[in-house]
Amino acid sequence: MAKKQYAFYPGCSSQKGASAANFLTSMNVMTEKLDIQLNEIPDWNCCGASIGYGEGGELPRLVINARNLAIAEKELPGQDMVSGCPACWLATRETHERLAEHSSLLAETNEALKEAGLNLNNTVRARHMTEVLIEDIGWDAMKAPVVKPLDGLKIAGYVGCQTNRPFGIAGESFENPKYLDKMIETVGAEPMAKYEQKVTCCGGALAFSEPEKSQKQIRDIVESAYDSGADMIVTPCQLCQANVEIYQSEINKKHGTKFKMPVVYYTQLMSIAYGGSAADAGLNGQLIKADKLEKIAGK
Amino acid sequence: MSDLNTQAVARYKNNFLKEVEERVEDGHWVKMCMQCGVCAGSCPLGPAWQHSPQKIFMMIRAGKREEVLGSDSMWMCTSCYNCIVRCPRKLPITHIMHGLANYAHRLDLAPKGQPTREIARLFWDNLVKTGRVNELKFSLAMYFKDGFAQGIKNAMAMQGIGLGLMKAKRLNPMEIVGGHKCKDIPGIHKMVAKAREIEDRRRGLA
Ligand code: SF4
Ligand code: SF4
Repeated sequence: MAKKQYAFYPGCSSQKGASAANFLTSMNVMTEKLDIQLNEIPDWNCCGASIGYGEGGELPRLVINARNLAIAEKELPGQDMVSGCPACWLATRETHERLAEHSSLLAETNEALKEAGLNLNNTVRARHMTEVLIEDIGWDAMKAPVVKPLDGLKIAGYVGCQTNRPFGIAGESFENPKYLDKMIETVGAEPMAKYEQKVTCCGGALAFSEPEKSQKQIRDIVESAYDSGADMIVTPCQLCQANVEIYQSEINKKHGTKFKMPVVYYTQLMSIAYGGSAADAGLNGQLIKADKLEKIAGK
Repeated sequence: MSDLNTQAVARYKNNFLKEVEERVEDGHWVKMCMQCGVCAGSCPLGPAWQHSPQKIFMMIRAGKREEVLGSDSMWMCTSCYNCIVRCPRKLPITHIMHGLANYAHRLDLAPKGQPTREIARLFWDNLVKTGRVNELKFSLAMYFKDGFAQGIKNAMAMQGIGLGLMKAKRLNPMEIVGGHKCKDIPGIHKMVAKAREIEDRRRGLA
């Protein structure tokens, strides 16, 4: 099968030594098995994340995202852009759509891009990795490389916000998207149908600035995973992963809870199910060890 | 009062709706709100919003300029996009909240030291400097935003987490001396400066 090619936008958190470095590690194993070739966009820059608006305003924010699209358009012609990070994807797709809708904004954007020697025709589609898996690869092909089904693992599929809203995955509902549960099934594990906090916000960037308020969200997200009988939480989002894993110890300290719920990425489930080692799946990057998953990897 | 604010007051007199329409991101949507209240129950940090988005839209039409721009409600937005997908009138509520926060910040009417305002500024500075966000420098800047002594306290409180992340290779201590950055930093600086210049001109803030 010919490899499918994409212009790849890794994003800041997935870089080496950054908070979601283990996402990239596991994604590389997954894409290798699925014959997906990711061509990194040369010299890509930060998307501005959800918090960029405060100082960045509208046009500067659109322009930094347009820079990545313009480089992809020029250097990797004909390829869709794909990102593993919901915030990167959302910011880029929003930019693409807004510039397509308002020609005056596109003109202003190009005036600014010119300063960096770039120009945008706005022909590149921005997509999320889960979209690519579902729409381009398909469920059967996603299942085909499974050599170590994750038998007996009970998993709470936590979709969160930005992979789900405002764009989401085509054909899914905002209140109860099913694709993550289907991915869990595809790798042989059991999704927790009763998990109630599937699309609850983790507080996003406000986990830094409003820790008390955000930790209340995180507490609900983890508690409900325990209530549903899950062994671990799986998520497609870097910020969700970081917030929900990192702050459990803080919540324990403040509220006397005994949270120790592993939080992994869907890519980590896949790389293990596809025969990868614990290191291939970046499981050494967990603050809360995903013991049951490591055990399967070691079999 | 900042000069920009004095100018805005002189220019728009008592027509705050017009000011929002002309100067706030997606502000022209505000008049489409039919006050159904759906968005009011959508915010994850709901109880922390002194004025819900619905109420903010009403206050804009009622000309309550100081109350809106000086409020810390918009800064409670987690960018969850619950409101956007629910609004029957399809208002881009998230973007309007972001736009109001940004405008209040530029006019310096936003609450001083509002934590999300502070981190938003630090985050943007960090990103523009090198084109990419350096998580370590960003976290350190955040811990130290309230001064050195408080910074040490904040950093100590989070030390366990920091060490855990370092051990897991998810926080790189070497970032303090270098770290990830783009090659065309000069181009990025010029581009961002230009974008800001164009937008300020369009919004009458130049
Ligand atoms: S949901 Fe939309 S129409 Fe209803 S109050 Fe909110 S902004 Fe207005
Ligand atoms: S995006 Fe912001 S305004 Fe909209 S529901 Fe979420 S927190 Fe509220």
